[in-house]
Amino acid sequence: MYTIIVCGSLVPDPLQTLEPISGPSGPALKNEMMLPAWLDPWAGHALYEAANLAAHHPGSKVWLVCLGPKAKLQQVMMTVAQKVPFELIALDGSAGGFTDAAETAAALADAISAIPGLDLSKLLLCGGWESASRGAGATLQLVGERLGITDQFQGVDSLTIEPDGSLRILERVEGGKHQVSVCTGPPAVLGWATGNLPEPRNNPQVGMANMRGIMPALQKAKPAAVGTGDITFTAVSLPTQTRATQVIKDLPPEQIAADLVAWIKSE
Amino acid sequence: MSTLFLAHTEADGTLAKAALEALAATVQFAAALGTPFSVGLIGDNPGPAADAIASCGATRFLTISGAAFAQARYASDAAAAEALCRAAAATVVTVPATSRWNRVLPGVAHRLGGRADTHVTGLAAAAGQPQVSRWFYRQRMEATFTRSTRPWLLALEGGIAPAWQGAAGCAHAEAVALTLPAPRTSVVGFQAPASDQQTIRPDADLLFVTGAGWTKKQADGQVKVGEAGTLILDFLRLSRSSLGSTKSLVDLGGEGQAILPFLSHLNQVGQTGSTPRHAKGLATCCHGEEPHTVGWRFIGERRAISLDANCGWARGKADILYVADAFAVMKKVNELLG
Ligand SMILES: Cc1cc2nc3c(=O)[nH]c(=O)nc-3n(C[C@H](O)[C@H](O)[C@H](O)COP(=O)(O)OP(=O)(O)OC[C@H]3O[C@@H](n4cnc5c(N)ncnc54)[C@H](O)[C@@H]3O)c2cc1C
Repeated sequence: MYTIIVCGSLVPDPLQTLEPISGPSGPALKNEMMLPAWLDPWAGHALYEAANLAAHHPGSKVWLVCLGPKAKLQQVMMTVAQKVPFELIALDGSAGGFTDAAETAAALADAISAIPGLDLSKLLLCGGWESASRGAGATLQLVGERLGITDQFQGVDSLTIEPDGSLRILERVEGGKHQVSVCTGPPAVLGWATGNLPEPRNNPQVGMANMRGIMPALQKAKPAAVGTGDITFTAVSLPTQTRATQVIKDLPPEQIAADLVAWIKSE
Repeated sequence: MSTLFLAHTEADGTLAKAALEALAATVQFAAALGTPFSVGLIGDNPGPAADAIASCGATRFLTISGAAFAQARYASDAAAAEALCRAAAATVVTVPATSRWNRVLPGVAHRLGGRADTHVTGLAAAAGQPQVSRWFYRQRMEATFTRSTRPWLLALEGGIAPAWQGAAGCAHAEAVALTLPAPRTSVVGFQAPASDQQTIRPDADLLFVTGAGWTKKQADGQVKVGEAGTLILDFLRLSRSSLGSTKSLVDLGGEGQAILPFLSHLNQVGQTGSTPRHAKGLATCCHGEEPHTVGWRFIGERRAISLDANCGWARGKADILYVADAFAVMKKVNELLG
């Protein structure tokens, strides 16, 4: 039986064009509140893996702890709620990439510690190994440290519970390999990469059950004053180099191949 | 200000290229500030690795050694890094952005009351203080910033500077003692495809990116996944390049479709994949934005083969776009390389 807490928030739809602007409290995205948002992809994988684990271990429960602008969270939850069963804890604050991971982690750790009857010996603290916004891979470690959890794993693609209750974990390491570790049991921090599960289909029944808890959770979402912390940004810019692409048409495959091979072999 | 460069040894006791690159960046940074720096190494027996970089200019070499530190494990790595930072009284700490350091660095910063930044792609001295650059929103925009909190721990990405080179010598390393509680986690091994199937080669010159087009119906009305697989694998074998893929192609495998069996999520480049570093990149049968922008953010020379002359994503991102049938071209390429 596990208490599985997934930390994850929202990010702008990856296919949107993003443009940085200078806001009152540091950099921000142009029209940030207007951009369609999604559940952060790696956090999404963590949520689906968590739900799958809970389904195989009766009595387990999944919490989703989200720090984001309340109105946006509500939109994103309309879809996420239909995927898998969970209970939401919402915090109302910025989910932008320029907020400091340390501030976000402090707010998340406080919210997690306030869960009534939280039993660390059953806790698996999950999330994406990196966000698609800040992309730092720092928040989960900081939440883990704040909760006193020193068995931590990042880039996780697989978690298996062994018959003796130990956790067998595969983490991404250099060169397309996985490191295999065995941890005696919870508590542990697991920053998920892609995992092995497809995105679950929408299930309206799950959605209805989830929404009963989600709406009150959103209503009582506490404000979280997260910002850029001690950072002073001196510049934020889009990459300017566009390449003068040479488009080559109507060249026979033999010539293209010769051209490519010469290029591949060149220093 | 005192700077500490931290590294771990590899299984063979040496420092990886990523570590030597981060060392070179640290040497430059300390010189720009005009302040001394120390080196801290962890590993089973890091003494010889310290000697190998003895002439790098560090004023002190600190080591933590033992079998427990041969393994990449959060509890022992975080404790070792914390002890070395305290022993060196470091205010700025640099590490190579290996999976091992990325796992622990934020936690170590927390223990020291400091802050960590990962994926740092630029490190400079401005007004006597460090100024770093890194990418946000999955390599879509780059920011430069400073922090006031110390210590400031920085994970430096590969390629930030050419690898350090210099004479070996005697580093006179000082051993830092550290006793660990019994670990709850042990590293039991690695899983990798058999070496002839290992398609990810970080040291390769060329990144070969494959897109979903390889599995689409071709001009003759046929789907040729088998032929595609052979062409791709032959090319990887002959060119010793590293294989990247679009999300669409990798995801096909999960939906019960005919798919290239050697591809996995580890090959995926782009927003929810990786952004590898290679001198050259060749994209084939890709239309998506991700492989062309985010996926090859750190690729030097870039070429693409697509049937679609209007592939907007290659334009402005690739140096050359060949409008051609990748099946025909790669067959000839393999003949020439063979
Ligand atoms: C949340 C989210 C995250 C995402 N993350 C990523 C990511 O990390 N990485 C990623 O890659 N994508 C990602 N995407 C998807 C991305 O937006 C594109 O959908 C995807 O990259 C397109 O893949 P493709 O180019 O392989 O396929 P397609 O769009 O199907 O393009 C196939 C191309 O192949 C060409 N072709 C066909 N046959 C031939 C031939 N014989 N010779 C030459 N060319 C041929 C066609 O003309 C076409 O241009 C993400 C999307 C979302 C929503």
